[in-house]
Amino acid sequence: MSSTHQIEYQKKELPNKLKTIGLVLFIVGLLGVIISYLTDSSRSAFNNIIMLTFLTSVGLSSLFLVTIEYVAGAVWSTPFRRIPEILSSVLLVLPILLVPLLFKLGDIFHWMHPEVVEADKILKGKAPYLNVNFFMIRVIVFMLLWILFYLLITRTSKKQDITFDQSLTKKNIKLSAVFIPIFGITISFFAFDWLMSLEPHWFSTIFGIYYFSGSILAGFAAVTFIVVLLNENGYLVKGLTNDHYYSLGAFMFAFTNFWAYIAFSQFLLIWYANLPEETFWFLQRWEGSWVYYSIGLIFVRFVIPYFGLLSQPSKMDPKRLKIMSVWILFAHWYDLYWLAMPNYNKDGVLFSWIELAFPILTVGIVILLFVQLSKKNNLIAIGDPKLKRGIDFRL
Amino acid sequence: MSDKILYSYTGIFDTPDEIIRAAEKTSEHGYKKYDVHTPYPLHGMNKAMKLPPSKLGYVALVVGLSGALAALLTMFWMSAVDYPIIIGGKPFFSFPAYVPVMFEVTVLSASIATVLTMLFIFFKLPNNAHPLHDTPYMKKVSSDKYGISIQAEDEKFNEEDVKQFLAELGAKEITPIYYDNEEINHKHKILEPKFIGFLLFTALLTSGVSYFVLNKLLFMPPFDWMMEQEKLNPQSASAVFSDGFGMRKPVEGTIARGHIPYSFHGQPEAAEANLINPLPVTKDVIDLGQKKYDTFCSPCHGYYGEGDSRLQGQFPNPPSLHSEKVRNWKDGRIYHIITDGQNVMPSYASQITSEERWAIVHYIRVLERALNAKESDLK
Repeated sequence: MSSTHQIEYQKKELPNKLKTIGLVLFIVGLLGVIISYLTDSSRSAFNNIIMLTFLTSVGLSSLFLVTIEYVAGAVWSTPFRRIPEILSSVLLVLPILLVPLLFKLGDIFHWMHPEVVEADKILKGKAPYLNVNFFMIRVIVFMLLWILFYLLITRTSKKQDITFDQSLTKKNIKLSAVFIPIFGITISFFAFDWLMSLEPHWFSTIFGIYYFSGSILAGFAAVTFIVVLLNENGYLVKGLTNDHYYSLGAFMFAFTNFWAYIAFSQFLLIWYANLPEETFWFLQRWEGSWVYYSIGLIFVRFVIPYFGLLSQPSKMDPKRLKIMSVWILFAHWYDLYWLAMPNYNKDGVLFSWIELAFPILTVGIVILLFVQLSKKNNLIAIGDPKLKRGIDFRL
Repeated sequence: MSDKILYSYTGIFDTPDEIIRAAEKTSEHGYKKYDVHTPYPLHGMNKAMKLPPSKLGYVALVVGLSGALAALLTMFWMSAVDYPIIIGGKPFFSFPAYVPVMFEVTVLSASIATVLTMLFIFFKLPNNAHPLHDTPYMKKVSSDKYGISIQAEDEKFNEEDVKQFLAELGAKEITPIYYDNEEINHKHKILEPKFIGFLLFTALLTSGVSYFVLNKLLFMPPFDWMMEQEKLNPQSASAVFSDGFGMRKPVEGTIARGHIPYSFHGQPEAAEANLINPLPVTKDVIDLGQKKYDTFCSPCHGYYGEGDSRLQGQFPNPPSLHSEKVRNWKDGRIYHIITDGQNVMPSYASQITSEERWAIVHYIRVLERALNAKESDLK
């Protein structure tokens, strides 16, 4: 057995420039969001939902990737496991993003008005699930669970940097095994609550998986982008090769296909059965300029990443990986916009500075959090017993 | 020894690390025509040998896309051009329905093409002769050793140099490999006549056997037992009966099981005089009557028997069931009308069973009573 102490890793501080960029984006975004809330609060609330679900995607699926690595005993991702660990700290911000929404819940979810529910047979039937109290319980319980597991898993992992104790890996494996089913259930119901119930008459049982597939894709894209960027500038451990890059690229490629498969399954079944209570959701997205947006989704989310990552060399090319991962993150935002916004404006696509302020704030938050947390932590899990094998990983 | 033609020089190594280093050195040294043999695939060997990425992917891409296109055109031609049938109210050319099939055909054609290309182009399949076959070298590298073989065809090949080079790499058992006599004269052809003959023979055999079994054998005795059965077929002639028909009429007076014939067809008065409602007036009976009335009678007579059809004038409205005439009819008369029909009302005997008809009669009485209640009902 090779000793973990042989690993060459010199912790380097991230450049101050990055922090400045993060701070500027954060302030610009925050100002934009505040002004947009003052000018058009319900439209901002819908954008806020997109921001919330986007950051949940990135944070939660990053934590999911960490846990999957532990449970599967994967070694290839160990050298950069800290990156998803730090990324999942986004989960800590979610409750803050939720606060402005709490004042606008009535504008967003029309099932929250008792008189509407009373007059509507379908909403009445859904009331045992879709009611304000249970909704708030779910929101709070889900977020508490996510933050709890984030704290438990990353704490154990950080402790290992100092103690080099192998049994901590065992402990995290157990935690991960508990987290994975919780993740599966909570992410599905989170999607039902925040995205599907925007149109409470509509239902699709595959919707949770739809959001899950997009989320994992976004998580992989965020991790890939940061890993490639940091590795190129020498902030990560020496020895990451094309084989590591290939694995990340292959996962993005695979989940691009998985997303297309799920999205198409949802569409095909509804299109085939042609039941009015299901098809109207797609018809809404076929009205006005939404039709171009919906067709664009196929290209933005599937065709472009598919051909961008199809060939073997493209999965190893750092430049291509960076472009495609940023593209996939954009595509995830595009997808969430497609899910949420037609409920706000049925006539067509809306785009103005309001729609820009929220992504800017999102990027600012992620950069600031990342800079802040990478100060305190190593960017490499130096105490992990799998690290050496992870660096030696070859396809 | 001098009359034999040299194919290659081979060397044996003991561990995967050694063979990878040897492959790296060999490619660095400038040898191009050499090969490495290991009992199992070794990670990193492509890189060590500086092999270019496989071209097989392009075959899969091109054939896969052609397969998708072929599937699309096939379905378009079948369901929109040659034999258009409306399915589920969809347009004849409905792309979403084709996607799953296109996907399947893409995968199928790409994988078959990949396998066949690999076997016949890359592995030169019909050709199963190779100088390395049946050598002690091959026996070792296919069990637990790792070997490298530098071919004499290589431009830089020089017997002494190669021997020395292999020795420097640390190879054991450095041995020359010679062509067999047949192999020298053998030329690789995909269209090997013997192989083509074999393919043709297999194709003819399988299709011939299938044709014979499905079109001939099944019609020969004793395999025709499904078709030729010892029984009388309803629509064929029979010598047994004097009229020559295989199909018989039932005996006079035969009644189907569960069926009671109605003997008052066209005689409403006789029916009124002779028929008595056999059902008791209970909640179950009234409920049954209501259910059947609402289903079969209410479209024309209305839910309360007032003749207020909800057919919007598409069928003439019947008179009210609350008229004095109807109220004074006995149960048998109403039963007769449901069974036999009256004026434009057709017979309902085939839709409503006898018992249900009687239940409906009770329910009609309930409706009538509701509109013409007696003093005593209020007490």
